[in-house]
Amino acid sequence: MLAPAGRASHTVTPHPAWQAAESAARRSYGRLLAWLACQWHDVAAAEDALAAALDKALALWPAQGVPAAPEAWLLTVARRELLQAARRQRLHDSPQVQALLADGHHGERSDEDTPTLPDRRLSLLFVCAHPAIDATVRPALMLQAVLGLPAQQIAQALLTSPAALAQRLVRAKHKIRAAGLRFEPPGPDEMPERLHAVLEAIYAAYGLGWDAAPDADGADAAHAAPALADNHDNLASSDSDDPRAQGLRAEAVFLADLVCSLLPAGPARAEAEGLLALMLLCEARVPARHGPDGRFIPLAEQDTARWQAPLIDQGNRLLASAAGWQAAGPFQLEAAIQSAHSERRLTGATPWPGIVTLYERLLAMAPSLGAEVARAAACAHAGDVVRAGALLAALDSPRLVSYQPYWVARGHVASLLGQLASARMALQRAIGLTSAPAVRAHLQARLQALGG
Amino acid sequence: MKFMLMFFDTAAHQHPLTQPTEGAAWMAYAGAMGQAGVLVSGDGLQGRETATSLRLRDGVRQVQDGPFADTKEQLGGYFVIDVATLDDALAWAARSPCAATGTVELRPVLVM
Repeated sequence: MLAPAGRASHTVTPHPAWQAAESAARRSYGRLLAWLACQWHDVAAAEDALAAALDKALALWPAQGVPAAPEAWLLTVARRELLQAARRQRLHDSPQVQALLADGHHGERSDEDTPTLPDRRLSLLFVCAHPAIDATVRPALMLQAVLGLPAQQIAQALLTSPAALAQRLVRAKHKIRAAGLRFEPPGPDEMPERLHAVLEAIYAAYGLGWDAAPDADGADAAHAAPALADNHDNLASSDSDDPRAQGLRAEAVFLADLVCSLLPAGPARAEAEGLLALMLLCEARVPARHGPDGRFIPLAEQDTARWQAPLIDQGNRLLASAAGWQAAGPFQLEAAIQSAHSERRLTGATPWPGIVTLYERLLAMAPSLGAEVARAAACAHAGDVVRAGALLAALDSPRLVSYQPYWVARGHVASLLGQLASARMALQRAIGLTSAPAVRAHLQARLQALGG
Repeated sequence: MKFMLMFFDTAAHQHPLTQPTEGAAWMAYAGAMGQAGVLVSGDGLQGRETATSLRLRDGVRQVQDGPFADTKEQLGGYFVIDVATLDDALAWAARSPCAATGTVELRPVLVM
């Protein structure tokens, strides 16, 4: 099959028809799949049909020429594939078949110009993040269904076996069909909760892209990822040099942007805009995170001239727009924290006490291990080292044993308190839990400075 | 679930004792696994030039100096860890200093 959204085309000299199919797929994979999946209430069947249509395009277009409206052609063929599959399974009278037939575009007129296809991608996102779908598989499901990313690429970022991920995706899609999950967007009463699930899955995808080997796992990953990557100088996680990881970050930003543009104006948009703002503010600092020699540069030492000002401005504008809806939420708070960090570009100083307050509000609203550790670290920066130490000592979670940011923070706070032996021990521990070579080297240098 | 993590790397990375930073990184890695309670056993191995290989064919012993397979990357050491899932094992494999320079092979331990 064609790489679904044409992202990984390694053909040496692509045939023009191949390029046409590829570019049609890239432009409209998500729209085509969303439309088919929503009509058919079956993501897997829609994917198969669209893949078959792309295969047919490859077989026919080189000889027959590329049709005037490639997307319409693909849609017609994919729809026919679905109907044929239904015929094989004797589904003539099912509501899905009726929906496809009623749409009217079936038949032989495969070259016609489709009127603008209704954009059902938001519905598809809601299905992918449905409460009935295991939360850990939601980001992968979205990346595959809406963006057409191959499972192999997603598995790299998730740090999971490609075969195991493929199996989880198959199970999730089976559940969508078997449980008859609703493809209609949720009503106003369940909107906030359902939307939060969508945004969380997008943010988790972004976190995976940020940290190709996440040290945070489970439900906290979403909150911990940028926190552990970037929030403060001592919380050093993975580097982001992996081009695949950068690709995943861009995909997540695209999804958040998509959600913002598809949601009707109203308070529901607040958190979507908050999420997009958060990601843009983090993205703005990416170029400053490594020196020319590949050396890891912690936030406090970053040259603010290397931050991308347009992204910061865009993030701040989105945050202001989100605030206008007067529906505060965790993503807006996280964005506000990143926005506070970016103030150093203009004022030369980081407003640490304000950041502590924002973390406090965030913890009241959405407690997470990542935010706990980040608050303690911010406390230390704000000068309240004793409180920072107490906050860290009070943490109690089975995840601490392998939670790298916690050990980095403990090492930092202990060194500020003059407890050099425990600082060295904590840093050792952090080094052993670090996946990114640049960050490991940075922590080793820090350990050496402590005489370890 | 027990997994063996096998670390394959080029000779340049297989002498942690002569490269203090790398040696310290391995110590920290083993320490973190021990503290997390996942480490069952493990060792680093001496360099490939110390290897001796033996096979018995048609009743004849063949002993030769050198490793079994003359590949660029050689087994440099192993850990057996006890974790819940393959994903957990992969997370630990990613933290090893070898992940960035060589290859970590993970194999579930056969339960008899």
